[in-house]
This record gives sequence, C-alpha cells and structure tokens, in this order.
Amino acid sequence: MRAERPPVLFVVLATVGVAFFVLPLAGLVYRAPWETALSDLTSSEAITALRLSFVVSIAATALALLLGIPLAWIYARVAFPGRDIARALTTLPMILPPVVGGVALLFAFGRRGLFGQALDSMFGIRLPFTTAGAVLAATFVAMPFLVLTVEAGLRSMDRRYEDAARTLGAGRWVVFRRVTLPLVAPSIFAGAVLSWARALGEFGATITFAGNLPGTTQTLPLAVYIALETRPEVAIMLSLVLLAISLAILVGMRDRYLRAF
Amino acid sequence: MLTAQVAVRLGTLDLDVSIDATPGEIVAVLGPNGAGKTTFLRAVAGLVPLTQGRVVLDEVVLEDAARHVHVPPERRPIGVVFQEYLLFPHLTALENVAFGLRARGVAGSDARTRAGSWLERLGVGDCAEARPGALSGGQAQRVALARALAIDPRLLLLDEPLAALDASARGAVRRDLRRHLASFAGIRILITHDPLEAVALAERLVILERGRVVQTGSPAEVTQRPRSRYVADLVGVNLLRGTAARGLVALSGGAVLQSADGVDGDVFAVIHPRAVALHRARPEGSPRNVWRGRASALDFQGDRVRVGVEGEMPIVAEVTPAAVRELDLAEGGEVWVSVKATEISVYPA
Repeated sequence: MRAERPPVLFVVLATVGVAFFVLPLAGLVYRAPWETALSDLTSSEAITALRLSFVVSIAATALALLLGIPLAWIYARVAFPGRDIARALTTLPMILPPVVGGVALLFAFGRRGLFGQALDSMFGIRLPFTTAGAVLAATFVAMPFLVLTVEAGLRSMDRRYEDAARTLGAGRWVVFRRVTLPLVAPSIFAGAVLSWARALGEFGATITFAGNLPGTTQTLPLAVYIALETRPEVAIMLSLVLLAISLAILVGMRDRYLRAF
Repeated sequence: MLTAQVAVRLGTLDLDVSIDATPGEIVAVLGPNGAGKTTFLRAVAGLVPLTQGRVVLDEVVLEDAARHVHVPPERRPIGVVFQEYLLFPHLTALENVAFGLRARGVAGSDARTRAGSWLERLGVGDCAEARPGALSGGQAQRVALARALAIDPRLLLLDEPLAALDASARGAVRRDLRRHLASFAGIRILITHDPLEAVALAERLVILERGRVVQTGSPAEVTQRPRSRYVADLVGVNLLRGTAARGLVALSGGAVLQSADGVDGDVFAVIHPRAVALHRARPEGSPRNVWRGRASALDFQGDRVRVGVEGEMPIVAEVTPAAVRELDLAEGGEVWVSVKATEISVYPA
C-alpha cells in the first residue's frame, strides 16, 4: 500500500466517523460499575443468561455447520435452475430485520403455524418458548454467514486436487472428507466463528419467536434488555462481555473476513 | 496394451486423437499450448467424459462412449503425475503417497510402511514428514511420482512433469526422471510442450496440433522429417511443401526448387538454415537454387545469426556474425540466397 498524506477535510470527517462508534463504547465503559463488576457478573440472572447464551449459540453454530456445509457445496458445485433465487432466500436473514424473521418463524413453526401444528400433533414437538426455539431463531440469522463464507472457499479452491485424489482411488465421499474439507477448513472455521458471533448477539428473532423466559430462552442480549429497567449495572457488565467477545472476534478474523467476501 | 481413441468436444476445443501404446513403451505427446494435450490426459484418466471413442487398457474397456461405459477415475489402474504435481498441501509427503493405498483399503500402518519404501526408492525418504510447501521442485516431483506409482498402475500419465521447475533445476530432474521412468514396467505417456523433454524422455513422439495428431514416430524420424510447421520450428529447420516431379519441387508459393532426392508427388522439403548461403550479388557456380530476397529479421544467437529472408520464397538462413558484417546485412536490405540441391531433403507428404 502506498502511504499518502490525507486531505484535512478527510481527517476531520473520518475522526467524526470513528468518534461516532467509539463514544457509545466509552459511555459504556465510563458508566461501568467496576467496584461491583464481579458480583454483578456472578449474579444468578447473569450466570443463567451467560450459560444459556453459550449453549444456544454453540448449538446454533453446530446446526449451521451440519446444514450449511452441504448447502454451500451444492451452491458452489451444482448449477441447478433457481440457484440464484435459492441463494438469495438463504442469505435474506443477513439483511432482514430479525424481528421480521422471528414473526416468520412464529407463523411457520408456532403452535398455530404452517408446520408447527403438524409438529405438535404428530410428534408433540413445540418450538416456541423453548430453548430449541431459541436455537432455531439463532440458526436462522447466523447460518447465512457460514454458507456464504464456505461457498466462497469452495469456489476459490483448486479443484484439481480433487481430480488427483480420484485418480488415486478415492471415491466422492473420501475425496470430500480427506481433500475438500481440509482444503476449505480455513473458510469453514471463519464461517463458524462469524455464525457463532452472530448467534451470540441474536435478539429480535429470539424474543419474537422464543420469548423471554429466564433459563430457557433469555439469552445475554435479552437479559441486557430486561436488566436495563431493573438493574442497569448488570446490563452494563453483560453488554461489556458481549462487546469484548465481538471485538476479539473481529480483530482476530480481520483478514479472513475480508478475504471471504 | 493401451488403445485410446479420444474424441472430446468441450467449448471451442475439438479433440480427436488416437494413440496406441504397448507395455514398456514411453510415448511423449508433444504440442503447443491449447492443442488439447491436457484434455487428452484427463480423458484417458476418466476425469473428462468422451464425446466419442473408447479407452481400452490391457483388454479391459475403461470407456466406450457408444455403449455408455465409463469406469470412474478411482477405479482405473492409471497413475497420474499432474502438472504442478498437486501434492495435497495439508498432508505430509508420506501421507500423500499413502493416500492412494488408504483409498484402496490398505490398513493405515501397512500403507505408511509401503509409502515410506516408495519414498526411499525414489530417493526422498528423508522428506517423509515434510509438507509439500517445504519441498523443492525436484523433491516434489519425486514425491508425486511415488504417489502415482504406489497404487501399482498399469499406465502412468505425466502432465508437463518438468514445467513447474526453474531452468537451473530442470536438467538434473530430467535425468532423474528418465532413470525412474525406466524402472517402471507399464506404459508411460508423457505430455509436454518442450521438444527437449520429449526427445530426452520418450521413445516415440506423438505430435498434437489443434486437437489432431499431425505426426508420430521416433524422435529421430520426427526431427529429420517434420510434417508440420510447428515441429519444423521446434527443430529449427525450414519446412516447405509442394509437388515434386523429376527432381523439381514446385512450391505452393510459385517458386521451383531443384532437389537431388527422387521423390514424386505431394512432398515436404526440409532445408536446414546452415545450408542456406547469402550473397550480396547474384552468385555464380554450382548451387542450383538461387533467388533474391530481402533480409527481414536478424536474430543474434551467440556465435550465429539467424537471418529471416522474405521474398518469393521466404526462408531462414544461419550465418556467422562476421558474414553479417561482410555482407553489410541490415533489416530490409536486399540479399541473394542460394541452396545446393543436395542440401534439400524431400520426402512424401
């Protein structure tokens, strides 16, 4: 990169731009009750929300990996009619307001929903207001990150390695497991971390579809929202936890994130 | 015994090539970029389906387009050394060589032992634990060869095995490859665009141009009697085509050459640039073939200069730098050309 002396106007505007993001964080850090930080974070409601958030976000990431890798493979390798539309539909949650996603999930998998009714009557499965429902809501918003990242990885990999493996006697499944997966592992890792971070921060779809039940569906962001009314110091500390995790991921993933898109 | 009748139409590529090879033979498929060499190799390996034709190896039909027979690549007894080797970057050299054995159901420890002995055999035993990224070009090539041979193939295909190396390493690796190829008893087919590589490694050349075989034969036959401009340029000779009758060759451009060879009909005529003499004025004496032209290009190559002469019969001459000075040759300058009839080799087209 060629270093350049920036115009004064740009420096001023860029500084305002950075301040716009830094000031709210500074406010959060300034108001943080550091003397009671430990007790706030170890209060039972905080611990419950933290634990639930990790369970839900990791389960959502696992589900996204299970469904997302085959989906990304098909997008990258199979030219089927309607592929662009299918890809747009599965990418939609990235830009859709999460509340809308939650409403849509409710009308699909709710007790009176299109499929929810059948699930209830045939299998006795009820998703709304359960942890499984929270996992579903988190997967809905998080999986697109994984699918896009892995598809990009599959498209940029040198497929001749797969040819080489086949001439050595490997069938399609062995080629996928022993050559394709390891070669796109960096993309899968990047996609999984992004999905996990998105799932961890999920609010709108969860509160709409899964509700706000402490210990069952009340994840960290929901707990922050509720605590703001009753115990703002807990809300601040939980916010800082989410902030620290997100920042660590973005700094750690910077190069991969830019490469994938 | 390999019978490969390969017809593939893919986009703008129209490939139609038949090659037979007997056990123990080393065949080089030589041709310019885009001639379809790599597609031919991929088709024989089963990675590209045939549009027409068949591939039969040791009486086993691997592919027959008319009868919809297609044995997938993983079930063909064919080892491939790919261009740039394509060693799996996430596996060590040993794991790369063991890959094919594992894929064919050999147990892990057994596969590793056999892979290790293949690496030893090719002289890269001490690279076993190295990742491909840490290997030199020559080492990577031997590991790739070990990987292809470890599955005990009946046919070995090599795609530009030396192209990935820098010029300084190429000579040594080529000698090495020659030795290792000699120790494999099956059929070996080598794809290359480098005539030196083809002549050094193979017993038979198949010249491929624009998807068709234009000539096959031993290196000596092909270089002495080129049948295409591509081969003539590779060998560095002038190739002319015309109709011969009673020692006179009427070229397609209108000029007539006198030759000592008694061949009649549609012919090729080859003139080595060394046999072409240049003069400032019309020469007198024995040369039967004398014509006038214009020096179009001077190419200094050490102690020789290749001079392109344009005119009614374009030709390339090779003279010394001293001759260039004496003749006062400059690009665009007039020059007389003479060739002795005995220096023209004429053979049927």
